[in-house]
Amino acid sequence: MLVMEKNAMTEEIELLVSKYGQSRSSLIPILQDIQRKHKYIPDFAQQEVARLLDIHPVEVFSVISFYSFLNTTPKGKYIVRLCQTISCDMQGKAAVAKAIERELGIKFGETSRDSKFTLEFANCVGMCDQGPAMIINERVYSKLTPEKAVQILNELK
Amino acid sequence: MENKKRKGDVLFSKYNRGEGVKKALSITREDILFELRDSKLKGRGGAGFPTATKWTIVAAAIADQKYIICNADEGEPGTFKDRVLLLEYPELVFEGMVIAGYTIGATKGIVYLRGEYEYMLSSLEDYLASMRQDNLLGKNILGNSNFDFDIMIRLGSGAYVCGEETALIESLEGNRGEARNRPPYPVNTGYMGMPTVVNNVETLASIPHIINKGGEWYRKHGTDKSSGSKLFSVSGDCLRPGVYELPWGTTISELLKIVGAKDTKAVQVGGASGICLPKSQFDRSLAYEDVATGGSIMIFNESRNMLHVLKNFMEFFVEESCGQCTPCRIGNVKLLEGVEMIEKGEYKFGYINQLKDLGKTMQVASKCGLGQSSSNAFISILENFKEEIFNGNGGGNGK
Repeated sequence: MLVMEKNAMTEEIELLVSKYGQSRSSLIPILQDIQRKHKYIPDFAQQEVARLLDIHPVEVFSVISFYSFLNTTPKGKYIVRLCQTISCDMQGKAAVAKAIERELGIKFGETSRDSKFTLEFANCVGMCDQGPAMIINERVYSKLTPEKAVQILNELK
Repeated sequence: MENKKRKGDVLFSKYNRGEGVKKALSITREDILFELRDSKLKGRGGAGFPTATKWTIVAAAIADQKYIICNADEGEPGTFKDRVLLLEYPELVFEGMVIAGYTIGATKGIVYLRGEYEYMLSSLEDYLASMRQDNLLGKNILGNSNFDFDIMIRLGSGAYVCGEETALIESLEGNRGEARNRPPYPVNTGYMGMPTVVNNVETLASIPHIINKGGEWYRKHGTDKSSGSKLFSVSGDCLRPGVYELPWGTTISELLKIVGAKDTKAVQVGGASGICLPKSQFDRSLAYEDVATGGSIMIFNESRNMLHVLKNFMEFFVEESCGQCTPCRIGNVKLLEGVEMIEKGEYKFGYINQLKDLGKTMQVASKCGLGQSSSNAFISILENFKEEIFNGNGGGNGK
């Protein structure tokens, strides 16, 4: 990280700390905001959050490692989470997953080379009556077919 | 955004925004607790703890601050009733929290919304803002000079175990979502160590109706031991999946008829942590005294491979076990390995029986509800569908 980037990150985290309050209970909302903006929580950000909340950096890392929506390595601009639980599975999740993999040329668990897309499976996203379903960043898509899923991705490309 | 007209006798019955809070503020806290006790309302998350008891303990506690938490971390596979309640009936959920706050003496309410539902956040925030404008939230609610209350929404981050109330509180406090030892229960030592009521979305949504129409009216629905109605999230092999409000005591075959299910082989009641019932048990009724459930109903027709279903559930638990206690962390991995052995036809009956025993050990030895219930599917599917699973082609699951 460049010094300027570091300074910007520190400033950003200071703003978040003043927004949510300087207490341990603010940790997760702060991390969620960093994650939403940068798509991951860099080492430096973890250290700064720890310093500003006055907790040990390993505490911050420990929390990040627990939650599947928080991560310490970069992800794509669009994080595609396809539901893999049984109701979506029975409604054709596998065919949708294959179509998405073919279209983007990457497998689930991977990020595309242009850092545009990350593919992940999610556990039950609560759309069981309208499966297969996926969530891309903060939007939910239901009743997918392989064709429809690919079309949605192409619109984001 | 969903906006269907839904039918139901209790939760989906007619309700005018603000009615419940208005009525609650016009009567005493004791009256509210009386109606609640009279209604015999039990927790709708699945565990079925009497709501009046929870509220009474917290109301009686002496503390600087008390909290009411709405558990909207709906993560059980096959459950989506809270999605419908929050999107279509937010007035019921939030007013239920206001009434809880008034009754127990709390000024702060927190909604713990699962991360997967982030797409609802802005509309829910807008709704809270409109309640503040109408003085249903904020200072001196509806002109009552002794009552301030506000609600904030906090997002989860993709951890199923945070639906367990003490794990949820840990998460709100900024920690890993690992369940605490109980006791002490949240009613004594909850969020920030203060007395806290944690209620399911559906439980809270029932409150304004109960206050409005009385506990006796509520009790008229359902059975003796299970009063009121239940929202069922129905998915799988049927013509009309969706959320249904039905009285407690409805049998599985009645429900299958309503949703248009044909050639049904099995019904998984209560999600991945629930039990799987074969045809011979479809006359059982959905109620706390028979098949208790948080409302997830997954339907499998004759074409489905039950071992595949079981494998999907076990993969879920291996991923979602928080890893804190050994029976759950290791147990679920062993059960999944067992399923894979059966899948490949490389198993011994003696070992599978040992795994069933392990499942029973997990039920008593795990620290929280996740590990205590994650072997239910393993035990019930292998028991109820053993002909299909073991008598197939060369023990290889009839493939």
